[in-house]
Amino acid sequence: MNNIPTELKYTRTHEWVRQEADGTYTIGITDHAQHLLGDIVYVELPEIHRAAKAGAEISVVESVKAAADVYSPLSGEVVAINEKLNDEPQLINSSPYGEGWLFKLKVSDSSLNDLLDAKIYEEHIGSS
Amino acid sequence: MTQRTSLYQTHIDLAAKMVDFGGWDMPLHYGSQLDEHRSVRENAGIFDVSHMTIVDVSGDKASDYLRYLLANDVAKLDKPGKALYSCMLNEQGGIIDDLIVYLLKPNFYRVIVNAATRDKDLAWMNEQAKSFNLPHLAPQSGLAMIAVQGPEAFEKLNKVLGPACTRTLEALKPFEACALATVAEIFGCYEPCNLVTFNNLTGLFIARTGYTGEDGFEIILPAKDAVSFWQQLIDAGFAYCGLGARDTLRLEAGLNLYGSDMDETTTPYESNLAWTVVLNGDRDFMGCKALETQKQNGVPRALVGLVLHERGGILRGHQKVQVKEQGEGEITSGTFSPTLNKSIALARIPVTNQTDCTVEIRGKLYPVEIIKPPFVKRGQRKSHL
Repeated sequence: MNNIPTELKYTRTHEWVRQEADGTYTIGITDHAQHLLGDIVYVELPEIHRAAKAGAEISVVESVKAAADVYSPLSGEVVAINEKLNDEPQLINSSPYGEGWLFKLKVSDSSLNDLLDAKIYEEHIGSS
Repeated sequence: MTQRTSLYQTHIDLAAKMVDFGGWDMPLHYGSQLDEHRSVRENAGIFDVSHMTIVDVSGDKASDYLRYLLANDVAKLDKPGKALYSCMLNEQGGIIDDLIVYLLKPNFYRVIVNAATRDKDLAWMNEQAKSFNLPHLAPQSGLAMIAVQGPEAFEKLNKVLGPACTRTLEALKPFEACALATVAEIFGCYEPCNLVTFNNLTGLFIARTGYTGEDGFEIILPAKDAVSFWQQLIDAGFAYCGLGARDTLRLEAGLNLYGSDMDETTTPYESNLAWTVVLNGDRDFMGCKALETQKQNGVPRALVGLVLHERGGILRGHQKVQVKEQGEGEITSGTFSPTLNKSIALARIPVTNQTDCTVEIRGKLYPVEIIKPPFVKRGQRKSHL
Protein backbone atom coordinates (compact mmCIF):
# COMPACT_ATOMS: atom_id res chain seq x y z
CA MET A 1 0.00 0.00 0.00
CA ASN A 2 1.26 3.44 -0.87
CA ASN A 3 1.45 6.05 1.82
CA ILE A 4 0.00 9.37 0.56
CA PRO A 5 -0.27 11.93 3.40
CA THR A 6 -3.31 14.15 2.89
CA GLU A 7 -1.60 17.34 4.10
CA LEU A 8 0.87 17.36 1.20
CA LYS A 9 0.60 18.43 -2.44
CA TYR A 10 1.85 16.25 -5.31
CA THR A 11 2.96 16.29 -8.94
CA ARG A 12 2.23 13.83 -11.70
CA THR A 13 5.97 13.14 -11.77
CA HIS A 14 5.84 11.84 -8.17
CA GLU A 15 7.31 14.72 -6.16
CA TRP A 16 5.63 15.98 -2.97
CA VAL A 17 5.53 19.54 -1.56
CA ARG A 18 5.01 20.67 2.03
CA GLN A 19 4.46 24.31 2.99
CA GLU A 20 6.49 25.05 6.13
CA ALA A 21 5.64 27.52 8.88
CA ASP A 22 8.52 29.78 7.80
CA GLY A 23 7.03 30.15 4.34
CA THR A 24 9.49 27.83 2.56
CA TYR A 25 8.46 24.69 0.69
CA THR A 26 10.03 21.30 1.31
CA ILE A 27 10.21 18.86 -1.61
CA GLY A 28 10.84 15.15 -1.88
CA ILE A 29 9.76 12.09 -3.86
CA THR A 30 6.71 10.04 -2.97
CA ASP A 31 6.48 6.64 -1.34
CA HIS A 32 5.16 5.33 -4.65
CA ALA A 33 8.26 6.66 -6.46
CA GLN A 34 10.73 5.14 -4.00
CA HIS A 35 8.89 1.80 -4.29
CA LEU A 36 9.21 1.87 -8.06
CA LEU A 37 12.90 2.75 -7.92
CA GLY A 38 13.94 0.24 -5.27
CA ASP A 39 17.05 0.70 -3.11
CA ILE A 40 18.33 4.26 -3.59
CA VAL A 41 22.12 4.51 -3.63
CA TYR A 42 22.94 8.01 -4.91
CA VAL A 43 21.34 11.44 -4.89
CA GLU A 44 22.53 14.45 -6.85
CA LEU A 45 21.21 17.47 -4.95
CA PRO A 46 20.88 20.97 -6.43
CA GLU A 47 23.25 23.72 -5.31
CA ILE A 48 22.04 26.19 -2.74
CA HIS A 49 20.80 29.46 -4.30
CA ARG A 50 20.15 27.74 -7.58
CA ALA A 51 17.04 28.97 -9.34
CA ALA A 52 14.38 26.31 -9.70
CA LYS A 53 11.84 26.35 -12.48
CA ALA A 54 8.53 24.56 -12.15
CA GLY A 55 8.54 21.41 -14.26
CA ALA A 56 12.29 21.49 -14.95
CA GLU A 57 14.90 18.93 -13.83
CA ILE A 58 16.55 19.88 -10.58
CA SER A 59 17.93 16.72 -8.99
CA VAL A 60 18.70 13.09 -9.79
CA VAL A 61 17.90 10.06 -7.66
CA GLU A 62 19.63 6.80 -8.56
CA SER A 63 18.64 3.36 -7.36
CA VAL A 64 20.55 0.15 -7.96
CA LYS A 65 18.28 -0.29 -10.95
CA ALA A 66 17.96 3.12 -12.61
CA ALA A 67 18.52 6.88 -12.54
CA ALA A 68 15.44 9.09 -12.22
CA ASP A 69 15.19 12.84 -12.76
CA VAL A 70 13.43 14.90 -10.12
CA TYR A 71 11.40 17.86 -11.44
CA SER A 72 10.87 20.98 -9.36
CA PRO A 73 7.18 21.31 -8.52
CA LEU A 74 7.52 25.10 -8.09
CA SER A 75 9.64 27.99 -9.31
CA GLY A 76 11.87 29.68 -6.77
CA GLU A 77 15.29 29.55 -5.14
CA VAL A 78 16.89 26.57 -3.43
CA VAL A 79 17.50 27.61 0.19
CA ALA A 80 18.36 24.26 1.80
CA ILE A 81 19.39 20.76 0.74
CA ASN A 82 19.32 17.53 2.71
CA GLU A 83 23.05 16.82 2.90
CA LYS A 84 22.41 13.75 5.04
CA LEU A 85 21.38 12.00 1.81
CA ASN A 86 24.98 12.14 0.57
CA ASP A 87 25.91 9.46 3.08
CA GLU A 88 22.51 7.86 3.63
CA PRO A 89 20.55 7.96 0.36
CA GLN A 90 18.46 5.05 1.61
CA LEU A 91 16.64 7.52 3.92
CA ILE A 92 14.47 8.16 0.87
CA ASN A 93 13.36 4.52 1.01
CA SER A 94 12.82 4.38 4.74
CA SER A 95 11.28 7.84 5.21
CA PRO A 96 10.27 9.46 1.91
CA TYR A 97 8.18 12.19 3.57
CA GLY A 98 10.45 12.71 6.59
CA GLU A 99 14.22 12.29 6.79
CA GLY A 100 14.33 11.56 3.07
CA TRP A 101 13.36 15.08 1.95
CA LEU A 102 15.47 16.51 -0.88
CA PHE A 103 15.53 20.32 -0.82
CA LYS A 104 13.66 23.45 0.27
CA LEU A 105 12.57 26.31 -1.95
CA LYS A 106 11.86 29.97 -1.27
CA VAL A 107 9.05 30.79 -3.65
CA SER A 108 8.27 34.37 -4.66
CA ASP A 109 4.98 33.84 -6.38
CA SER A 110 3.62 30.77 -4.71
CA SER A 111 1.05 28.99 -6.71
CA LEU A 112 0.17 25.57 -5.44
CA ASN A 113 -2.88 25.52 -7.66
CA ASP A 114 -1.24 23.43 -10.33
CA LEU A 115 -0.34 20.73 -7.84
CA LEU A 116 -2.42 17.68 -7.01
CA ASP A 117 -4.02 16.92 -3.68
CA ALA A 118 -3.63 13.47 -2.14
CA LYS A 119 -6.86 12.11 -3.58
CA ILE A 120 -6.07 13.15 -7.16
CA TYR A 121 -2.51 11.87 -6.84
CA GLU A 122 -3.78 8.53 -5.60
CA GLU A 123 -6.07 8.31 -8.64
CA HIS A 124 -3.15 9.29 -10.85
CA ILE A 125 -0.87 6.48 -9.64
CA GLY A 126 -3.76 4.05 -9.63
CA SER A 127 -4.30 4.65 -13.31
CA SER A 128 -0.64 4.78 -14.38
CA MET B 1 3.26 -14.49 -22.84
CA THR B 2 5.85 -14.79 -20.09
CA GLN B 3 6.75 -18.14 -18.64
CA ARG B 4 6.61 -19.04 -14.97
CA THR B 5 8.80 -21.30 -12.88
CA SER B 6 7.34 -23.83 -10.45
CA LEU B 7 8.14 -21.31 -7.67
CA TYR B 8 6.11 -18.48 -9.21
CA GLN B 9 3.28 -18.57 -6.64
CA THR B 10 5.85 -18.86 -3.84
CA HIS B 11 7.50 -15.63 -5.01
CA ILE B 12 4.13 -13.86 -5.13
CA ASP B 13 3.32 -15.09 -1.63
CA LEU B 14 6.69 -13.75 -0.46
CA ALA B 15 5.71 -10.31 -1.85
CA ALA B 16 8.36 -10.34 -4.59
CA LYS B 17 8.55 -7.56 -7.12
CA MET B 18 8.34 -9.52 -10.38
CA VAL B 19 10.00 -8.57 -13.67
CA ASP B 20 10.26 -10.01 -17.16
CA PHE B 21 13.67 -11.62 -17.58
CA GLY B 22 14.32 -13.25 -20.93
CA GLY B 23 10.65 -14.11 -21.31
CA TRP B 24 10.28 -15.35 -17.75
CA ASP B 25 8.35 -13.74 -14.94
CA MET B 26 11.03 -13.68 -12.23
CA PRO B 27 11.52 -12.07 -8.79
CA LEU B 28 13.66 -8.91 -8.92
CA HIS B 29 13.70 -8.55 -5.13
CA TYR B 30 11.53 -9.25 -2.10
CA GLY B 31 11.80 -5.78 -0.54
CA SER B 32 15.45 -4.76 -0.51
CA GLN B 33 17.95 -5.88 -3.12
CA LEU B 34 20.78 -4.46 -0.98
CA ASP B 35 19.78 -6.52 2.06
CA GLU B 36 19.58 -9.64 -0.11
CA HIS B 37 23.04 -8.91 -1.52
CA ARG B 38 24.52 -8.57 1.97
CA SER B 39 22.83 -11.79 3.11
CA VAL B 40 24.72 -13.70 0.45
CA ARG B 41 28.07 -12.02 1.20
CA GLU B 42 27.74 -12.47 4.97
CA ASN B 43 25.51 -15.53 5.49
CA ALA B 44 23.68 -17.42 2.78
CA GLY B 45 20.92 -16.85 0.26
CA ILE B 46 18.81 -18.79 -2.24
CA PHE B 47 17.78 -17.90 -5.79
CA ASP B 48 15.23 -19.44 -8.11
CA VAL B 49 17.14 -19.97 -11.36
CA SER B 50 14.71 -22.46 -12.89
CA HIS B 51 14.51 -20.33 -16.02
CA MET B 52 17.95 -21.57 -17.07
CA THR B 53 17.93 -24.04 -19.97
CA ILE B 54 19.10 -27.59 -19.23
CA VAL B 55 20.01 -29.77 -22.22
CA ASP B 56 21.27 -33.33 -21.90
CA VAL B 57 23.55 -34.42 -24.72
CA SER B 58 24.20 -38.10 -25.39
CA GLY B 59 25.22 -40.47 -28.16
CA ASP B 60 28.37 -42.27 -29.22
CA LYS B 61 29.85 -39.06 -30.68
CA ALA B 62 28.65 -36.75 -27.88
CA SER B 63 32.19 -36.10 -26.66
CA ASP B 64 33.57 -35.41 -30.16
CA TYR B 65 30.60 -33.16 -30.82
CA LEU B 66 31.13 -31.04 -27.70
CA ARG B 67 34.86 -30.85 -28.34
CA TYR B 68 33.97 -29.24 -31.67
CA LEU B 69 31.07 -27.11 -30.40
CA LEU B 70 32.82 -25.49 -27.42
CA ALA B 71 35.91 -23.28 -27.06
CA ASN B 72 36.86 -24.99 -23.81
CA ASP B 73 37.72 -28.68 -24.08
CA VAL B 74 35.42 -31.28 -22.50
CA ALA B 75 38.31 -33.77 -22.75
CA LYS B 76 39.48 -32.11 -19.49
CA LEU B 77 36.52 -33.71 -17.70
CA ASP B 78 38.17 -36.88 -16.46
CA LYS B 79 35.49 -38.31 -14.19
CA PRO B 80 31.70 -38.25 -13.88
CA GLY B 81 30.42 -35.12 -12.15
CA LYS B 82 33.19 -32.82 -13.34
CA ALA B 83 32.17 -29.60 -15.06
CA LEU B 84 33.65 -26.70 -16.92
CA TYR B 85 32.66 -23.24 -18.04
CA SER B 86 32.83 -22.52 -21.76
CA CYS B 87 31.81 -20.20 -24.54
CA MET B 88 29.98 -21.51 -27.60
CA LEU B 89 31.29 -19.57 -30.60
CA ASN B 90 30.22 -18.81 -34.12
CA GLU B 91 32.60 -19.09 -37.05
CA GLN B 92 33.88 -15.53 -36.47
CA GLY B 93 34.78 -16.37 -32.87
CA GLY B 94 31.82 -14.35 -31.56
CA ILE B 95 30.11 -15.68 -28.46
CA ILE B 96 26.71 -17.31 -29.10
CA ASP B 97 26.33 -18.08 -25.40
CA ASP B 98 28.26 -19.02 -22.28
CA LEU B 99 27.43 -22.25 -20.47
CA ILE B 100 28.44 -24.92 -18.00
CA VAL B 101 28.85 -28.49 -19.18
CA TYR B 102 28.88 -31.50 -16.82
CA LEU B 103 30.14 -34.96 -17.64
CA LEU B 104 27.59 -37.39 -16.19
CA LYS B 105 28.98 -40.57 -17.74
CA PRO B 106 31.01 -41.36 -20.87
CA ASN B 107 29.35 -39.69 -23.86
CA PHE B 108 26.60 -38.29 -21.65
CA TYR B 109 26.72 -34.61 -20.75
CA ARG B 110 24.45 -32.04 -19.14
CA VAL B 111 24.72 -28.54 -20.61
CA ILE B 112 23.21 -25.48 -18.92
CA VAL B 113 22.74 -22.40 -21.10
CA ASN B 114 21.03 -19.06 -20.57
CA ALA B 115 17.26 -18.62 -20.57
CA ALA B 116 17.07 -15.69 -22.98
CA THR B 117 19.18 -17.48 -25.61
CA ARG B 118 17.40 -20.83 -25.42
CA ASP B 119 15.92 -20.92 -28.93
CA LYS B 120 18.97 -19.72 -30.84
CA ASP B 121 21.25 -21.99 -28.78
CA LEU B 122 19.18 -25.09 -29.48
CA ALA B 123 18.94 -24.23 -33.18
CA TRP B 124 22.72 -23.79 -33.35
CA MET B 125 23.45 -26.93 -31.35
CA ASN B 126 21.14 -28.98 -33.56
CA GLU B 127 22.70 -27.55 -36.70
CA GLN B 128 26.23 -28.41 -35.57
CA ALA B 129 25.11 -31.88 -34.46
CA LYS B 130 24.46 -32.89 -38.07
CA SER B 131 28.16 -33.57 -38.66
CA PHE B 132 28.41 -35.80 -35.59
CA ASN B 133 26.05 -38.63 -36.23
CA LEU B 134 23.30 -36.59 -34.56
CA PRO B 135 23.94 -36.91 -30.84
CA HIS B 136 20.70 -36.80 -28.93
CA LEU B 137 19.92 -33.30 -27.63
CA ALA B 138 17.28 -33.41 -24.94
CA PRO B 139 16.10 -30.08 -23.52
CA GLN B 140 14.81 -30.95 -20.05
CA SER B 141 11.45 -29.89 -18.75
CA GLY B 142 9.78 -30.56 -15.44
CA LEU B 143 12.89 -29.52 -13.52
CA ALA B 144 13.56 -26.65 -11.15
CA MET B 145 16.92 -25.11 -10.31
CA ILE B 146 17.78 -23.38 -7.04
CA ALA B 147 21.12 -21.68 -6.32
CA VAL B 148 22.24 -21.67 -2.66
CA GLN B 149 25.12 -19.25 -2.16
CA GLY B 150 27.19 -17.68 0.59
CA PRO B 151 29.80 -18.45 3.27
CA GLU B 152 27.20 -20.43 5.28
CA ALA B 153 25.69 -22.22 2.27
CA PHE B 154 27.45 -25.51 2.96
CA GLU B 155 26.52 -25.63 6.63
CA LYS B 156 22.87 -24.72 6.01
CA LEU B 157 22.40 -27.01 3.02
CA ASN B 158 24.00 -29.84 4.98
CA LYS B 159 21.36 -29.33 7.64
CA VAL B 160 18.61 -29.70 5.05
CA LEU B 161 20.08 -32.77 3.32
CA GLY B 162 20.87 -34.66 6.49
CA PRO B 163 23.93 -36.55 7.79
CA ALA B 164 23.83 -39.31 5.17
CA CYS B 165 24.93 -36.77 2.55
CA THR B 166 27.51 -34.78 4.54
CA ARG B 167 30.56 -36.61 3.26
CA THR B 168 29.45 -36.40 -0.35
CA LEU B 169 28.74 -32.69 -0.02
CA GLU B 170 32.08 -32.04 1.69
CA ALA B 171 33.98 -33.91 -1.01
CA LEU B 172 32.43 -31.82 -3.76
CA LYS B 173 35.05 -29.47 -5.20
CA PRO B 174 34.22 -26.33 -7.19
CA PHE B 175 32.85 -27.33 -10.60
CA GLU B 176 31.91 -30.83 -9.50
CA ALA B 177 28.44 -32.29 -9.24
CA CYS B 178 26.92 -35.23 -7.39
CA ALA B 179 23.55 -36.91 -7.30
CA LEU B 180 21.36 -37.62 -4.32
CA ALA B 181 18.45 -40.01 -4.43
CA THR B 182 15.28 -39.62 -2.46
CA VAL B 183 15.24 -42.46 0.04
CA ALA B 184 12.36 -44.89 -0.15
CA GLU B 185 10.09 -42.29 -1.65
CA ILE B 186 10.30 -40.20 1.51
CA PHE B 187 10.68 -36.66 0.33
CA GLY B 188 13.20 -34.71 2.34
CA CYS B 189 15.36 -37.73 3.08
CA TYR B 190 18.30 -38.26 0.78
CA GLU B 191 21.27 -40.50 0.22
CA PRO B 192 24.18 -40.24 -2.22
CA CYS B 193 23.80 -42.21 -5.42
CA ASN B 194 25.84 -42.90 -8.50
CA LEU B 195 25.59 -40.26 -11.22
CA VAL B 196 25.74 -43.01 -13.81
CA THR B 197 22.57 -44.62 -12.52
CA PHE B 198 21.03 -41.34 -11.43
CA ASN B 199 17.50 -40.81 -12.58
CA ASN B 200 17.09 -37.08 -12.69
CA LEU B 201 13.35 -37.17 -12.23
CA THR B 202 13.44 -38.46 -8.68
CA GLY B 203 16.43 -36.96 -6.90
CA LEU B 204 18.72 -33.96 -6.55
CA PHE B 205 21.56 -33.01 -8.87
CA ILE B 206 23.93 -30.80 -6.87
CA ALA B 207 26.87 -28.88 -8.32
CA ARG B 208 29.37 -26.70 -6.47
CA THR B 209 28.91 -23.76 -8.82
CA GLY B 210 27.32 -20.35 -8.73
CA TYR B 211 27.19 -16.80 -9.98
CA THR B 212 27.97 -14.77 -6.87
CA GLY B 213 31.68 -15.20 -6.12
CA GLU B 214 30.84 -17.08 -2.92
CA ASP B 215 30.99 -20.75 -2.04
CA GLY B 216 27.72 -22.42 -2.89
CA PHE B 217 25.74 -24.93 -4.87
CA GLU B 218 23.30 -25.06 -7.72
CA ILE B 219 20.65 -27.72 -7.25
CA ILE B 220 18.48 -29.23 -9.95
CA LEU B 221 15.40 -31.08 -8.74
CA PRO B 222 11.98 -32.19 -9.96
CA ALA B 223 9.73 -29.14 -10.36
CA LYS B 224 7.03 -30.76 -8.25
CA ASP B 225 9.38 -30.80 -5.24
CA ALA B 226 10.64 -27.23 -5.64
CA VAL B 227 8.11 -25.47 -3.39
CA SER B 228 8.69 -27.68 -0.37
CA PHE B 229 12.46 -27.79 -0.89
CA TRP B 230 12.54 -23.97 -1.11
CA GLN B 231 10.62 -23.81 2.18
CA GLN B 232 13.07 -26.22 3.84
CA LEU B 233 15.93 -23.96 2.75
CA ILE B 234 14.20 -20.92 4.24
CA ASP B 235 13.58 -22.86 7.47
CA ALA B 236 17.31 -23.65 7.57
CA GLY B 237 18.07 -19.93 7.60
CA PHE B 238 18.68 -19.08 3.94
CA ALA B 239 17.55 -15.61 2.86
CA TYR B 240 15.50 -15.62 -0.34
CA CYS B 241 17.00 -13.35 -2.97
CA GLY B 242 15.96 -12.02 -6.35
CA LEU B 243 17.68 -11.45 -9.67
CA GLY B 244 18.59 -7.89 -8.64
CA ALA B 245 20.96 -9.12 -5.96
CA ARG B 246 22.18 -11.85 -8.29
CA ASP B 247 23.24 -9.13 -10.73
CA THR B 248 25.15 -6.99 -8.20
CA LEU B 249 26.79 -10.11 -6.74
CA ARG B 250 27.97 -11.40 -10.12
CA LEU B 251 29.27 -7.98 -11.11
CA GLU B 252 31.29 -7.65 -7.89
CA ALA B 253 32.63 -11.14 -8.62
CA GLY B 254 33.63 -10.00 -12.13
CA LEU B 255 31.40 -12.57 -13.86
CA ASN B 256 30.08 -11.62 -17.28
CA LEU B 257 26.40 -11.38 -18.15
CA TYR B 258 25.61 -12.70 -21.61
CA GLY B 259 23.96 -10.06 -23.81
CA SER B 260 25.49 -7.19 -21.82
CA ASP B 261 29.19 -7.91 -21.37
CA MET B 262 29.57 -10.21 -24.37
CA ASP B 263 27.62 -11.24 -27.45
CA GLU B 264 28.10 -12.52 -31.00
CA THR B 265 30.24 -9.49 -31.91
CA THR B 266 32.84 -10.10 -29.18
CA THR B 267 35.35 -12.92 -28.81
CA PRO B 268 36.38 -14.57 -25.52
CA TYR B 269 39.71 -12.67 -25.79
CA GLU B 270 37.80 -9.40 -25.81
CA SER B 271 35.65 -10.59 -22.91
CA ASN B 272 38.24 -11.43 -20.22
CA LEU B 273 37.66 -15.12 -20.99
CA ALA B 274 40.97 -16.17 -22.58
CA TRP B 275 41.30 -18.70 -19.74
CA THR B 276 38.29 -20.61 -21.08
CA VAL B 277 39.77 -21.16 -24.56
CA VAL B 278 41.89 -24.24 -25.31
CA LEU B 279 43.53 -23.33 -28.59
CA ASN B 280 46.56 -25.55 -28.97
CA GLY B 281 44.98 -28.89 -28.39
CA ASP B 282 44.53 -31.86 -30.69
CA ARG B 283 41.27 -30.58 -32.11
CA ASP B 284 39.51 -28.07 -34.29
CA PHE B 285 36.57 -26.28 -32.81
CA MET B 286 33.99 -23.85 -34.10
CA GLY B 287 35.55 -20.38 -34.15
CA CYS B 288 39.14 -21.51 -33.57
CA LYS B 289 40.45 -20.16 -36.89
CA ALA B 290 39.08 -16.70 -36.11
CA LEU B 291 40.56 -16.82 -32.61
CA GLU B 292 43.97 -17.84 -33.94
CA THR B 293 43.88 -14.95 -36.40
CA GLN B 294 42.86 -12.50 -33.71
CA LYS B 295 45.63 -13.74 -31.44
CA GLN B 296 48.22 -13.31 -34.19
CA ASN B 297 47.02 -9.85 -35.21
CA GLY B 298 46.63 -8.67 -31.63
CA VAL B 299 43.44 -8.37 -29.63
CA PRO B 300 42.24 -4.76 -29.96
CA ARG B 301 39.85 -4.51 -27.04
CA ALA B 302 39.70 -5.77 -23.47
CA LEU B 303 36.92 -6.20 -20.96
CA VAL B 304 38.10 -4.52 -17.75
CA GLY B 305 36.73 -3.49 -14.39
CA LEU B 306 36.14 0.17 -13.50
CA VAL B 307 35.78 1.71 -10.04
CA LEU B 308 34.42 5.21 -9.44
CA HIS B 309 36.07 6.38 -6.24
CA GLU B 310 34.48 9.80 -6.01
CA ARG B 311 30.84 10.77 -5.82
CA GLY B 312 29.16 11.58 -9.09
CA GLY B 313 26.58 8.97 -9.86
CA ILE B 314 26.30 5.32 -10.75
CA LEU B 315 28.19 3.74 -13.64
CA ARG B 316 25.68 2.24 -16.10
CA GLY B 317 25.71 0.26 -19.31
CA HIS B 318 26.43 2.29 -22.50
CA GLN B 319 28.16 5.21 -20.76
CA LYS B 320 31.18 6.34 -22.79
CA VAL B 321 34.70 5.65 -21.55
CA GLN B 322 37.71 7.71 -22.69
CA VAL B 323 41.19 6.19 -22.49
CA LYS B 324 43.87 8.86 -22.85
CA GLU B 325 45.43 8.81 -26.32
CA GLN B 326 43.98 5.34 -27.00
CA GLY B 327 40.39 6.01 -27.83
CA GLU B 328 36.93 5.33 -26.67
CA GLY B 329 35.17 2.43 -25.06
CA GLU B 330 31.85 1.72 -23.43
CA ILE B 331 30.53 0.39 -20.15
CA THR B 332 28.87 -2.99 -20.70
CA SER B 333 27.30 -3.24 -17.26
CA GLY B 334 27.53 -1.03 -14.23
CA THR B 335 25.98 -0.81 -10.81
CA PHE B 336 26.39 0.22 -7.22
CA SER B 337 28.58 -2.21 -5.30
CA PRO B 338 27.12 -2.76 -1.83
CA THR B 339 30.38 -4.36 -0.62
CA LEU B 340 32.61 -1.49 -1.80
CA ASN B 341 29.99 1.21 -1.23
CA LYS B 342 31.11 2.61 -4.59
CA SER B 343 29.97 2.31 -8.16
CA ILE B 344 31.65 -0.38 -10.28
CA ALA B 345 31.38 -1.50 -13.90
CA LEU B 346 32.66 -3.79 -16.59
CA ALA B 347 33.71 -1.92 -19.72
CA ARG B 348 35.12 -2.81 -23.10
CA ILE B 349 37.98 -0.45 -23.92
CA PRO B 350 41.05 -0.34 -26.19
CA VAL B 351 43.82 -2.55 -24.74
CA THR B 352 45.93 -0.35 -22.46
CA ASN B 353 48.50 -0.36 -19.66
CA GLN B 354 46.97 2.73 -18.14
CA THR B 355 45.43 2.44 -14.70
CA ASP B 356 42.74 5.05 -15.08
CA CYS B 357 40.40 6.60 -17.61
CA THR B 358 37.33 8.80 -17.59
CA VAL B 359 33.61 8.04 -17.80
CA GLU B 360 30.93 10.48 -18.86
CA ILE B 361 27.93 10.64 -16.52
CA ARG B 362 25.20 13.15 -17.34
CA GLY B 363 27.55 15.26 -19.42
CA LYS B 364 30.37 15.39 -16.84
CA LEU B 365 33.66 13.49 -16.96
CA TYR B 366 34.72 11.51 -13.90
CA PRO B 367 38.05 9.71 -13.36
CA VAL B 368 37.71 5.96 -12.77
CA GLU B 369 40.30 3.35 -11.88
CA ILE B 370 40.87 0.44 -14.28
CA ILE B 371 41.22 -2.94 -12.55
CA LYS B 372 41.27 -6.58 -13.50
CA PRO B 373 38.05 -8.14 -12.18
CA PRO B 374 36.93 -9.42 -9.70
CA PHE B 375 36.17 -6.50 -7.41
CA VAL B 376 35.20 -8.80 -4.55
CA LYS B 377 36.36 -12.35 -3.93
CA ARG B 378 34.87 -14.66 -1.31
CA GLY B 379 33.34 -11.74 0.55
CA GLN B 380 36.56 -9.73 0.59
CA ARG B 381 37.11 -6.60 -1.47
CA LYS B 382 40.36 -6.35 -3.41
CA SER B 383 42.86 -4.92 -0.96
CA HIS B 384 43.21 -1.42 -2.35
CA LEU B 385 39.56 -0.79 -3.27
